[in-house]
Amino acid sequence: MEPVVVRVENVGKRYRIGALHPGFLTFREVLGDALAAPLRRLRGANGSRYETLWALSDVNLEVRRGEMLGVIGHNGAGKSTLLKLLSRITRPTTGEVEIYGRVGSLLEVGTGFHPDLTGRENVFLNGAILGMRKAEIEKKFDEIVAFSELEKFIETPVKFYSSGMYVRLAFSVAAHLEPEILIMDEVLAVGDAAFQQKCLDKMRDIRRRGHTIFFVSHNLPAVTRLCKRVILLERGRVVADGAAQEVVNRYLNSSWKAGAEREWTELTEAPGDAVVRLRRVRVCDERGETVAASDVRRPVQVEVTYDVLEAGQVLLPVVELYNEEGTEVFTTHDTSPEWRRRERAAGRYTSAVRVPGNLLAEGSLIAHVSIMSHFPSTILHARVKNAVAFQVIDELGEGSARGDYLGPMPGVVRPLLEWTTRADTVE
Amino acid sequence: MSLKTGETTESSLAAPRVVEDAGAATALQGVPHALIRSEESGVQLNLGDLWAYRELLYFLTWRDVKVRYKQTLMGVAWVIIQPLVTMLLFTLVFNKIARLDSGPIPYPLFAYSGLLVWTFFSVAVSSGTNSLISNTSLVTKVYFPRAFIPTAAVAAGLVDLGVGAVLLAALAVYYGVHVTWAVVLLPVFVLLAATLALGTALLAAALTVKYRDLRHALPFLLQLWMFTSPVVYPVKVVPERWRWVLALNPMTGILEGFRASLTGLDFDWRAVAVSVAFAAALLAVAFYVFRKLEDTFADVI
Repeated sequence: MEPVVVRVENVGKRYRIGALHPGFLTFREVLGDALAAPLRRLRGANGSRYETLWALSDVNLEVRRGEMLGVIGHNGAGKSTLLKLLSRITRPTTGEVEIYGRVGSLLEVGTGFHPDLTGRENVFLNGAILGMRKAEIEKKFDEIVAFSELEKFIETPVKFYSSGMYVRLAFSVAAHLEPEILIMDEVLAVGDAAFQQKCLDKMRDIRRRGHTIFFVSHNLPAVTRLCKRVILLERGRVVADGAAQEVVNRYLNSSWKAGAEREWTELTEAPGDAVVRLRRVRVCDERGETVAASDVRRPVQVEVTYDVLEAGQVLLPVVELYNEEGTEVFTTHDTSPEWRRRERAAGRYTSAVRVPGNLLAEGSLIAHVSIMSHFPSTILHARVKNAVAFQVIDELGEGSARGDYLGPMPGVVRPLLEWTTRADTVE
Repeated sequence: MSLKTGETTESSLAAPRVVEDAGAATALQGVPHALIRSEESGVQLNLGDLWAYRELLYFLTWRDVKVRYKQTLMGVAWVIIQPLVTMLLFTLVFNKIARLDSGPIPYPLFAYSGLLVWTFFSVAVSSGTNSLISNTSLVTKVYFPRAFIPTAAVAAGLVDLGVGAVLLAALAVYYGVHVTWAVVLLPVFVLLAATLALGTALLAAALTVKYRDLRHALPFLLQLWMFTSPVVYPVKVVPERWRWVLALNPMTGILEGFRASLTGLDFDWRAVAVSVAFAAALLAVAFYVFRKLEDTFADVI
C-alpha cells in the first residue's frame, strides 16, 4: 500500500460573517463598537455583532500517494475552504493537516499575471509564484511556450492577449509544475476543446507518474472519469467518501432529490387523477436491474408502472429527458401499434422505453414522467417532474463515439455514426 | 511548491515503494513535511519558508521594478525629476527666501541627499503598506510567505534610489565634495533606511488588511514624520529644547549618517545607534505581528 501523504484530522474552519462586509474593519467601526458594546450589554445582547459560520467541521481524510481524489458538493459546501487549507492559504480553526511532499495549488488560472508584462516575463513570474525554481522554469520554458502554442506572442504584453490566449499561457505554466501533491479547482473549465484535451492528457500524465491529485469540479463526468475516489461535502462535512460513481450518484440524488427509482406505495398519495395514478418509475438496464449509472455504449430504459382506475381511456406514457444544464434532450411517448388508440381496461400497467446505447452524451440526466390522454382530446392525467435521475458515463472503452479522443465532446447526444472515407488521390 | 521544511525533493518519487503500510514512514523519508496546526495553537513563524521561497522574493521585486518602469512613459527620468524638483523648491524656499543655513554642505546638496533618502523611505513605506491589498489574488489564491509582498515593494524602491543616486553623485562633483573613506558607509545607511522602511511597512501592511482606513492616515503620518526629521533642515537649526524629538527619531541618525558618509563630516554615533536599535527592534516586532495576522489575511482581505 502506498503511504498516506495527506492526513486531515478533525479539521474545522470558522468564519465570521460580518454585518457590514466580509472581514475587514475600519477604526471608526472599532471605536463605534467599543462605545456601543456597553449599551448592548445593558440590553442583554451578546457583545459581538458577528455571526459565525463553520465552513468546515470534523473533516477527517487520509489520502495515499498516487491517489486522485475528486471533491464535489454544492456551492458553499466547503470545497474551496478545504482546498485553501490544504494549500496553506488559510489555517484551520481546529484540528490539523499533515502533508508529505511539495504542494502545488491551482485555485485560479494565472495567479499573479501582470497585464503590462510580456508572456515570457509572466511565465517566469507565475512559475515562481506557483513554487517553481528559476532553474526549473528556465529548463522547461520552451516546453511551456510550445504547449501554449503562443510562440509568436511570447514577447507581447499579455494585456494584448485574447482571454483564450491568456488562459492557455497560464495553464501551460501550471501544467508544467511538478508537485508531488497537486490541488486543482475547476481549472479544466477553461479553453477550447482541443486545449482541454491537452490538459486532460497532461493530468493523466501527472497521475501516471504517481503524483497525488485533489480535483474539485462541478464537471461530474470528468470527475467520474478521472478519479477513482470521490468525497462529497455538504454544509462543511464529508458526507460520503468512496468509489467515484457511488458518491456522484449520491450527490445527484441529493441535489435533484431524485434517484434511479421512485415508488408511491399509497395509492392516495400517488400522483395522478381519477383515471390513472403513477406507482413507480425507475431506470434500468437491459436485464431489468435498476441502475443509477449507465455505460454510454449500453442501452438504458425508463420504466413507468401505473394503475388505471377508470377503464375506457386511451393512455399515452410520456418521458421527457433533461441534461444537467436543463436542456431538454428529447421527449418520447408510446407509439407502439399495440396500445395506440386502444382503450385500456382498469388494472396495473408497466411501460418501458428503451434508449439505445451510443445515443446519449455522457453526463447526468433527469426524467420527467407523465401519463396523457391524447385521443379524443388532450388531458394530462399525471405528471412528475424530476422523477428519476441517472448518469451516463464513458469508461473510455472500445465501441463508443469517442474513439481515441479523450477531451470534452459537446452536444446533448453522442450518437455513434457511420463514417466513410474514400481515398481520392493517394500518392 | 516547496514547503516549509526547505529543500524540495525531486528524488522522492524515485524512492523505493514500500508495500507494507508499516514501511510508509521510510517511503516518505526526505520528502518535505508540513504540519498545519490550528489557529488556536499560536503563531508559527515558519522561518524556513523565507529561505525556501527566496527566489520568489527576487521575482516579486523584479516585477515591481519592471512594472513601475514600464508603466510610466518617462520611466527612469521620473525617479530623478521628483526629488530634483522638490530639492529646487526647498532650495528656493528655505535657502533663498528663509535663508536657512545648512552648515558646511551646500544647501542643494544637503536637501537633495535628504530628499533622496526620504523619498525612498516614504515611497517604500506607502507602497509596502498598500502592497497586500493591491495583490489580493496572491494572498487568496496561493501560498508563500506573504511578508515577501511588502518586502518586494521596499526592495523595488532601492532601484529608484540607485537611479536617483546618479544625480547625487553629479551634485557632489559639481559642489566639489571631498570624498573620504566614509563613503563606503553609504550603502550601510541605505540598508538601515530600508530596514526601517521594511519594519514600518510590514506592520502597517498587516494592520491595513484588517483596518482599511489606516491607508488614508498613512500619507499624513509620513508627512508629519518628514517634518520631524532633518530632511530639508539640519539638526543645528532646531532649538535645544526640541532636539530630543529628533534624537528619538530613527530617521535622524540615518539622514545625518548618510550625509556624513557622503561629505566626510563627523558622524553622530549616538544618533546612529538609536537608528540601528530602533530599526532592528521594529523589524522583529513587525515580523512577529505580521506572521500572527498573516494567517487571517486570506479570510479577511
